[in-house]
Amino acid sequence: MTPLEVKAAIEELLHAYVQCIDDNKLEAWPDFFSDPCLYKIISRENHDRDLTAPVIYCDSKGMLHDRVGAHRHANVYEPHFYRHLVSNTRILKCEQEVYTVQSNYAVFQTKLDGDTQIYNVGRYLDKVVFEHGAPKFKEKLVIFDTLRIPTLLVTPI
Amino acid sequence: MTKPLSEKTADFSWPEEGVTRAPYRVYLDPVIYEREQQRLFRGPTWNFLALAAELQAAGDYKTTFVGDTPVVVTRDNDGVHAFVNRCAHRGVTLCMETRGHCKNKIITCVYHAWVYDLKGDLKGLPFQKGVDGQGGMPPDFKLAEHGLQKLKVETFQGLVFGSFDAQTPRIEDYLGEKMSHYVRRLFNRPIRLLGYNRQLMKNNWKLYIENNKDPYHASLLHLFFATFGLNRLSQKGGIDLDATGKHHVSYTHGEAFGDAAEYQGADIRSFQSKYQLHDPSLLKSRREFTDGIVLAIQSIFPTLVVQQIYNVLAVRQLLPKGPGACELVWIYFGYQDDDAEMTAMRLKQANLVGPAGYVSLEDGGVGELVQKSLVSADGRQCSFMEMGGKDVQSQPFRATETSVRGFWQGYRAIMGF
Repeated sequence: MTPLEVKAAIEELLHAYVQCIDDNKLEAWPDFFSDPCLYKIISRENHDRDLTAPVIYCDSKGMLHDRVGAHRHANVYEPHFYRHLVSNTRILKCEQEVYTVQSNYAVFQTKLDGDTQIYNVGRYLDKVVFEHGAPKFKEKLVIFDTLRIPTLLVTPI
Repeated sequence: MTKPLSEKTADFSWPEEGVTRAPYRVYLDPVIYEREQQRLFRGPTWNFLALAAELQAAGDYKTTFVGDTPVVVTRDNDGVHAFVNRCAHRGVTLCMETRGHCKNKIITCVYHAWVYDLKGDLKGLPFQKGVDGQGGMPPDFKLAEHGLQKLKVETFQGLVFGSFDAQTPRIEDYLGEKMSHYVRRLFNRPIRLLGYNRQLMKNNWKLYIENNKDPYHASLLHLFFATFGLNRLSQKGGIDLDATGKHHVSYTHGEAFGDAAEYQGADIRSFQSKYQLHDPSLLKSRREFTDGIVLAIQSIFPTLVVQQIYNVLAVRQLLPKGPGACELVWIYFGYQDDDAEMTAMRLKQANLVGPAGYVSLEDGGVGELVQKSLVSADGRQCSFMEMGGKDVQSQPFRATETSVRGFWQGYRAIMGF
């Protein structure tokens, strides 16, 4: 693949990923990851100080499926929609066929009353690998600036 | 003319049923909120300020709040100090960062460069004697009379508490013997700070405290364990209260979760559940305490929670943000002597708690569901809390609201309601 083709494939991965969540197709969400993988939502406050406490921490595809299972069948919360905007995607480096990619994101959340709020803003720090030609997240760090999470977090970012 | 607070709440009275009722007005009324700030948060209570581990070196500081009041907590060579984060000159916020380190162990106001030491005493200010004999402070000006507003500070087992009231009894007396025991149990050796989470809820602070003190809802609102068949067969527990009833511990005995094999077997799964975890490594835990308690939720009046949920150890500091909002600050910790496996387990089990916690995320939302519905409540409507009886006492079971009633008992006493 040429560098431009790689970049296009990684951007498509990022866009398909957020569209999957925004379309509420969470059952397909783990398929964007390799197995094992790392998916971690962590505050910028902790990340910058090398403090490890996460909001969500999954180190296998099974744990991602369990997040979806709890979202669908166990956890109780007000219904809501997400709308992600992703921008400024840059490939920072490539080592041993692992691409380190950073993007900005913003998540708008809309509840059933129709009010939309800026729910969470931050950056993705991803490690992307190609499996049989298809890009997958080997690692996805969601490092958020919005320190005070409004109410609760149940839907992945 | 502003009326005194006592006059503004003259029409307020607690229902005759006492602590089994909480009038909805206490969650809505800005006048009651103001009275809480005065009587409760700036009154004879101990408010959590920091873990001593957050302020390791002389010169370290953090900013926080006691009720609404912004506070700086510092460490110098003599110990830990706290004062209001407000310059004594013109009221400017002194420390803007959440935490930091003061070079030369002084704090300098950005506005007119008044300089304070880390105890909050004013050490100097520019042009005190004027310039070329002109201007400057009047001759009767004394540095010693213009220090920052200080809090009384006590550290207990590595927890730093502050009080605005010089008369507040010593922290161990405030906690009582039983509650001191539970704090010592968790803070039994040097801790390691693991990080923070913060949550903003659009509900009155007392709704979160009630939720935290209410063991009745645990298996009913939080369905994660039941959904995935994780209910233990013989989990025994109960509620311990201090002599005043305003602090509590809800404890559950049990075994630590072992590995995946145990989960697949019958030991954990008490009934045939429809769903199974794909990756039970989430539950891998270690028995840390010899008393066999695996879940211990302790509240320290008014707004501190100290928790052990399996191997996830944390304190939660609740900050009121006006009558209709509050912020919850989670501070996670382990111990200095944790091995790598223990640290990894704490990290993975952190999925259970916090703003996205499998067994805690609902607590962020349920208070808002109450607050939303209260808007139209009239002055006499109130909640109903008679589960487990009508009084306030320790009980060896958890189908009870005794600890919620205990909170209201403490609240009424201090608020004069």
